[in-house]
This record gives sequence, C-alpha cells and structure tokens, in this order.
Amino acid sequence: MDSNPSSQKLSSEGALLGSPRPVRQSRRLEVVKKILPLNSKSQRPEVRGFKIALQGGPGGAGSHNRGGETEGSDQARTFLGAWTRKRWGESRGVETEARMVASSLKLQDLIQEIRGAKTQAQEREVIQKECAHIRASFRDGDPLHSHRQLAKLLYVHMLGYPAHFGQMECLKLIASPRFTDKRVGYLGAMLLLDERQDAHLLITNSIKNDLSQGIEAVQGLALCTLSAMGSAEMCRDLAPEVEKLLLQPSPYVRKKAVLTAVHMIRKVPELSDIFLPPCAQLLHERHHGILLGTVTLITELCERSPAALQHFRKVVPQLVHTLRTLVMTGCSAEHSVSGVSDPFLQVQILRLLRILGRNHEESSETMNDLLAQVATNTDTSRNAGNAVLFETVLTIMDIRSAAGLRVLAVNILGRFLLNSDRNIRYVALTSLLKLVQSDHSAVQRHRPTVVECLWEPDASLSRRALELSLALVNSSNVRAMTQELQGFLESCPPDLRADCASGILLAAERFAPTKRWHIDTILRVLTTAGTYVRDDAVANLIQLIGGAQELHAYSVHRLYSALAEDISQQPLVQVAAWCIGEYGDLLLEGTCEETEPLQVEKEEVLALLERVLQSQMSLPATRGYALTALMKLSTRLHGDNNRICQVMSIYGSCQNVELQQRAVEYNALFRKYDHLRAAVLEKMPLVERGGPQVDEEAKESKEVAQLSEAAPLPTETQASKLLDLLDLLDGPSENAQHPPPLDPTPGDTLIHLLDLPCAPRPPAPIPNLKVFEREGLELNLSFVRPPGTPTLLLITVTATNTSGGDVTHFICQAAVPKVCRRPGLRGSLDTPGEKATK
Amino acid sequence: MQFMLLFSRQGKLRLQKWYVPLSDKEKKKITRELVQTVLARKPKMCSFLEWRDLKIVYKRYASLYFCCAIEDQDNELITLEIIHRYVELLDKYFGSVCELDIIFNFEKAYFILDEFLLGGEVQETSKKNVLKAIEQADLLQESKHLEGQTTLRWGK
Repeated sequence: MDSNPSSQKLSSEGALLGSPRPVRQSRRLEVVKKILPLNSKSQRPEVRGFKIALQGGPGGAGSHNRGGETEGSDQARTFLGAWTRKRWGESRGVETEARMVASSLKLQDLIQEIRGAKTQAQEREVIQKECAHIRASFRDGDPLHSHRQLAKLLYVHMLGYPAHFGQMECLKLIASPRFTDKRVGYLGAMLLLDERQDAHLLITNSIKNDLSQGIEAVQGLALCTLSAMGSAEMCRDLAPEVEKLLLQPSPYVRKKAVLTAVHMIRKVPELSDIFLPPCAQLLHERHHGILLGTVTLITELCERSPAALQHFRKVVPQLVHTLRTLVMTGCSAEHSVSGVSDPFLQVQILRLLRILGRNHEESSETMNDLLAQVATNTDTSRNAGNAVLFETVLTIMDIRSAAGLRVLAVNILGRFLLNSDRNIRYVALTSLLKLVQSDHSAVQRHRPTVVECLWEPDASLSRRALELSLALVNSSNVRAMTQELQGFLESCPPDLRADCASGILLAAERFAPTKRWHIDTILRVLTTAGTYVRDDAVANLIQLIGGAQELHAYSVHRLYSALAEDISQQPLVQVAAWCIGEYGDLLLEGTCEETEPLQVEKEEVLALLERVLQSQMSLPATRGYALTALMKLSTRLHGDNNRICQVMSIYGSCQNVELQQRAVEYNALFRKYDHLRAAVLEKMPLVERGGPQVDEEAKESKEVAQLSEAAPLPTETQASKLLDLLDLLDGPSENAQHPPPLDPTPGDTLIHLLDLPCAPRPPAPIPNLKVFEREGLELNLSFVRPPGTPTLLLITVTATNTSGGDVTHFICQAAVPKVCRRPGLRGSLDTPGEKATK
Repeated sequence: MQFMLLFSRQGKLRLQKWYVPLSDKEKKKITRELVQTVLARKPKMCSFLEWRDLKIVYKRYASLYFCCAIEDQDNELITLEIIHRYVELLDKYFGSVCELDIIFNFEKAYFILDEFLLGGEVQETSKKNVLKAIEQADLLQESKHLEGQTTLRWGK
C-alpha cells in the first residue's frame, strides 16, 4: 500500500496543525496525515486504535464509541498490540457481523454509512430509515441507549435534516441521573431548542435542579446551556441560582457562573442590580478564568448603564495593577501564548479600561503610564502580541490620553502597515481611517506607506488604502497624491474605479492649485475612466472651462486632440463637443502657447462632430451635444454652412425625438430666423455657480430673448425651452417679459452628488434688465432678494415715460410661469416723466 | 462572538455554535451565504471580511475552515488567537487532530468548545485546565453512576 498522491485529494485529509508526513492509503481512500512531529505521548492508545480501525472499516475494532461502551476499547487495545496491515481485511468481516447483531446503528456506524452513500438520494434513504428507528426508540423508550439515539439525531440535524422530534427527548435525557445522558441531552438542547420554541421553558426546572445539586460537571453543563440558549424568562427565573453560584468555592463553577451572568444581563438588563455587587470582590481573584469573566461582566454592566460606569471607575487602579503585573512580571506558562502573558485577559482588561477612561480625565491619567508600558514592552513578533498592541492603540485613541501617547499610537499603526502579515495591515488601515479626521497630521506622516498599500492584491486592503489616501489629500500634497491616484486608477479593479475617479475629482475640486491643472486632471480622469465618473462631472467640467477664459484655447485644443483619438468615452465626448461648439473659432486659429500647435481645418472639425453624431457608441445625450455644437459652429466658423444645413435636414427625421426636435428647430433657425441665428448662438455667459444650485438654475432659467441663448445642457426641457423662445419671437408685440424665475431653494437633491460639505451659497444678485424701450416708454426690471426670505424674489418693474407727452391708459400685465407666485402688484402713475413702479 | 462555524472545503458543515437566538431557517440561510462567501476567497487574501453588519474572522486549517462572526467593537486579531487556541485544544485532545476526528466525534468537539468559550466569551485561558476538565468529564461518563461523585473536585 504505497502512498498514492491522488488519494490525498479526497476528503478530510491532513491533520489540522503542522506539516504532513507521508500518508497511508486506506481501502476507502480516506487518508489521515499525521501532522505534529510525533507527539505520541499525547496520543491515547484508544484514540489511535480507533482511528486505525476507522481506516480499516467501521465498527470492526468493536466500534469504539467513546460515549460509554467500553467493550470496544479492550478490543482496540489488543488490536493495537498485534497490529499488522493484514488485519484490515479481518476487521471488515467482524464489522458485518456486528452490524447484523444490533438492529440500529451505533453513532460512528451511522456516520460511516452516510458518508459512504454515493448519491444524495441514497443518503436521504439511509437517514430516513435511521430516523424512523430513532423515532420508534424515543416512543418506546430505551433508557440505556437513548443518548446514542439522540447523538445520531444531532448528527443528522447538522447535515440539515429536520430533527424537531428530538426536542422532548432532550428534556428527558437532561432529567436523567446519568452523566452521559445529561451531557448529550444538554448538547441537544443547545442545538435543537431555542427561545422561539415553546418547549424551551420546560428545561428551566431541570436546569434549576442541576444548578443546585453539588456535582460540578453537571452544574457546568447547566450553566453552559443557560448561557447559550437561555431566554429572558429563563434568565429571570434562574438568576438567584446563578448568583449563589458566584460564591461557590470551586473556581470551575464560578468562572462559568460569571459568564452566565453576562448572558443574563444581555437578555434582561434589569438583572444588573443583582450582579453588580459581587464584581468588586471577584476582581480580586487570582484565577485567570474568573478574572476574565469578571472583567467581561463589568464591561457589560458599564456599557449598559452610566451609573454602573460611574461606580466602576474606582476599580481602574486595580485593573492597571493587574495588567501591569501581567505585562511586566508575566504569568505561568500555561496561560502564555507565544511569549505573551495571557493575551486574552490583557485584551479584555484594555477594553474595559477604554470604556472607563473615555471622556474621563482622571481615569485616563491613571492609565497613561501603563498604556505606554504595554505599548513598548509587548513582543510583536507574533499575532498574540500584535493583538494586545492593537487593543492598546484602540484604547489610547479613545480615552483622554496625552498627546505624546497618541502620536505613539499612530506610529504603532504606521509600523503595522509595514508588517508582512496582511491581517495586521488590514486592521492598521481600518484604524487609521477612523483616526484620520481627529489626528490628521499624525496620520499624514505615514502617507507614503498608505499609498504603497494601494497596490495590494487583496481588494479589501486596497479599498481601505484608497479611502485613506483620499482622506489624506490636502493642499500641499495634492499634486503628488493625484499623480499616485491617477496611476492607481489606470490599473485598479473595476469595482474600485468609480470611487477612485470620483475621489480624484473631488480632491481636485477642493485643492486644485491652478485652473489649468484642474482641467488637466479632470481630462485625464475622463480619458482613463470615463465610464465610471458621476453624471455631474460633465457639468462641472463645462462650468470650469467656461469660467477660465484664459484657458479656452488650451481647453479646446486638448479636448479636440483627445476626441480625435477616442470617441467612445461618453463624458469626454460630451465635454469636447460642447467645447468645440463654443470655442471652435479658437481651435481653427491654431495658435496656442500651451499645447503643441495643431493645424485644424474646418472640414476636419465638422467631420469629427459628424462622426460622433453617427457613432453607435454615442448616447442620445451625447448626440444632442454634438448636434448643438455643429449648430453653434455655423456662426463661429467662416464659409458656407451647407454641410451643417445638410446635417440638420437629415436629423430632422431622426427616430430619436429629442434629436429630431433639435434638428427641426435648428433648421428653422437657418431658414426663417436666420437673422436671429447669430444672437441666439452667441457665446454662453457663465452660469452662476451657487454650489449645488448650478443645474437647477440652468434648468429653470428662461432667458430673455434679446440677450441670451439657450443653454445646451443635457436636459429634456431643452427643446421645450427653445420652442418657447421661438414662440416669443413669433409675437413681437408681447413686451412684458417675465424675469428668469430662479429656483430659490438650495438644490438639496444635488448636495449629496457633490458631497461638498458646503452650505449652498445664496444666489448671486441679478443685474437690472432693460426689457423694453420704444416710443418713449422704458421698462426696467430690477431684482431684489430680501435677505430674510431667500425664497422670495421681489421684481420691480419700473416704467419710465421718456417722451414729452402723457402716457395714458397704461396697463401693466405680468405673465408669470406657474413656478412663481405673484404676491401682488402695487401702484401706478400716469404722469409724464414720472416713474411708475410695481 | 455571535457564532462559530466549521466547514470543509466542499462546504459541508462540521460544527455550528450559535450564541444568538435565530430560527433554523435563518441559521441555514446565514450558513449557506457565509460558506459561499468564505470559500470564494483566494488564499492570499486577509482573514477578515465584512459581511452584513458583522466582522467575519476565518482561518483555514488543512481541509477545515474555522469561521467566527464578531461584533464591530471586537478585536479581530485576538479572535484569530481564539480560533488557534481551539484548534490546539482539539489537537491535544485527539492527538494530531484531522477533519475525520471532528466528523466522527462531533459531540466531543462541542464539549471541548464549551469548556473554552461560554456565551461567546472566553472562559478559560489555560490549555491545561480545559483539557483536564474534559478528561474528568469523560471519566465521569465512563463510570456508571453519579453517586459518590459529589466529592470529586474538579480542580480548576
């Protein structure tokens, strides 16, 4: 029987700890790799015998059910004594015989049989048959073997099959005087019963009995079960019993009682009153288990009640002392882990200290020295030490610690970042993220390391590194950081791209040193990860470019080049189209100091825009941009506009309604309203940037006809606005123009998009408008927003009679769109030279 | 700790210890989802992940995954130590424990866990004491009756 490598792949192979030795092949190809280097002293003969028997076949060595059948163990021992490989075959014969004798399977046999089943159906069959046996046995009562039946049922339950019919059996077994029964019964209760079942309350009495009789093992079982599945009612009933056990001489019971008290308090907070008084005494225990339980109990009490918190502040010195002893003088080897004295206890004490020291100067001061000691004296070569150190850092950051201590804590986290263990790096990144707001400068010192962590292969680490990097960007490091982040954006996994892109854009917005840098940055982001940027990035960029007059030429050149290379990134295409439309004349001039000289012909530009228009990759919104841009170019560029006219005519019958509408209207501009074309398509004024109001204003604004052109923002209302505009043009007699009704409310819906922590700025004051001047009558509109009510816009119409004669029958009619409410008109005068104000 | 699950690389559950009250259906759902999530992790990834509103700490020992769900304020690194301590206890008890041991002696695995953790918290930090307690319980199981055991001191 040579070791067969292929058999190693099959089921439950190696032992869990240590390195494998060569394997033995079993007939069933179930391999047991021994792991620990021959710790045979620790191996009991019966265990070995059992395992070897297991490989040979079930039940052969008299199924060694350690649940109490001892007849098997003798066989196992002798078996072991005369063990040779030949025996494996023999054992199988014995197995079959044994099976025929017992009518129901022993636990191990059942498990073996279930594992031997080749299909799901077969397994189900075996289990159903066995469950029938079990049910019958429960019904008929089989006091000697019912624990075995329940054990089998619990195994079947773990595989996912229903086992509720075993609940009553659990209760019976718990009530039995035999320890074996109780052990399995309580296990069953923990697995099958929970507080949702009505049956669970029936255990209460059994538990009460078991708690008060003197056998520690039994008390232990009862306490364990109570803490695992005890409901609120059970806890209330049994609290006095548990309280008594806190005073029991045996440490074994006391440590369990303390933790059961923790559970009870979680379930029924009022029980805190009972369990608070014993704590002070218990804290003097030397036994680590009890001490640990007590610290946990006090933690629980303090978390639930400020009064308890106040009460327990007085134990801070004692906790400090205990922890100091642990750290400085150590403890017995049995409690140590990799050279660290009882890290579990240390961590728990540190946690309690954190809660007690939070927001409390005096306690914090008492702890300062100790925390520094722990931080410097803990061995950090293994995980246990790092766990303690980590908890120390958390505590330092949460209490009122000295500044030097805080810096020490951040530095420890910085060191963690360099640790080769990625788990340690993970907790470091998570903690630094929490600290970056409060201790910004301390965390800044570790910026290079954080940036290194961006390149982690593990996505959860790189995500945290990204968040932290973005939080660390400030005005002094923005150029370098953006460079790094751009590099990361190019190669990062897709699920991080959106966050990275919007992070860079946000950082650029907050800290851009120059406008040109800002434009460049956004451009680069759009080129790299255009599809991942948020919708408002386009509007923002347009806004930015529009506002930077000196950079118009530069922007349009760069955008043109970018567009010529790649027309697939939609946000980029949209911005480029808009830019070309607005500043096409600058493009053709060809001179721009900041970029390479680019000779562009008019035909090339038009061709490019047409390509965008026709491309499959372009979204309808993008096409809208391109169409409008083409239209604008008709005034910007010289020469005839036949080509553009052609495009408009073609798109006049486009399937897409939006495009069709635009094309039709632009066509109308060419034909009927050619005289107005230049005015309508003039360069856009800068849209007022009232923070989040930008889009809202643009959406709602209805421009006065003579002055401005329709803003080609990608909204559905665009076409309708244009239509209204043309309607106004149709009726030249109507001269009472209504003013732009600016949306006064801060665009709450947009605030979250920009994520800027700024309050929306009040809208900029609107200049007076002269809206009408003819035949001696002048109409002026002035706009005032009363500071107290920003939602109110007061519009004063001033009519001035500049002619010599009288003006009679002056009727002022104000037509307002529905979005405005007209509070009322006041006053009028007819005399010449006077101003009538409404 | 809210719960601990042990499962094989094929996703078969070997042990489940729940410290919060949940219905059977919920437990199954959580188990299924969590097993999928953990098994999908690549070997080089870190041992912690965020799942629902819990922190999951898992570690693979040979063919078995040990998976614990802890709360936000719990220390992940010490949870790794808890898992390791449990494996050491199993190893000491079974002698070079392997998955088969846990399959065929699942009730023992539970008993050992119950001597190490109680209500989701660590109750005993000495390996020696835990193993002694189990040994004595086993002895008690082998003897036929409980009478006369009242004087049996449980040591620590």
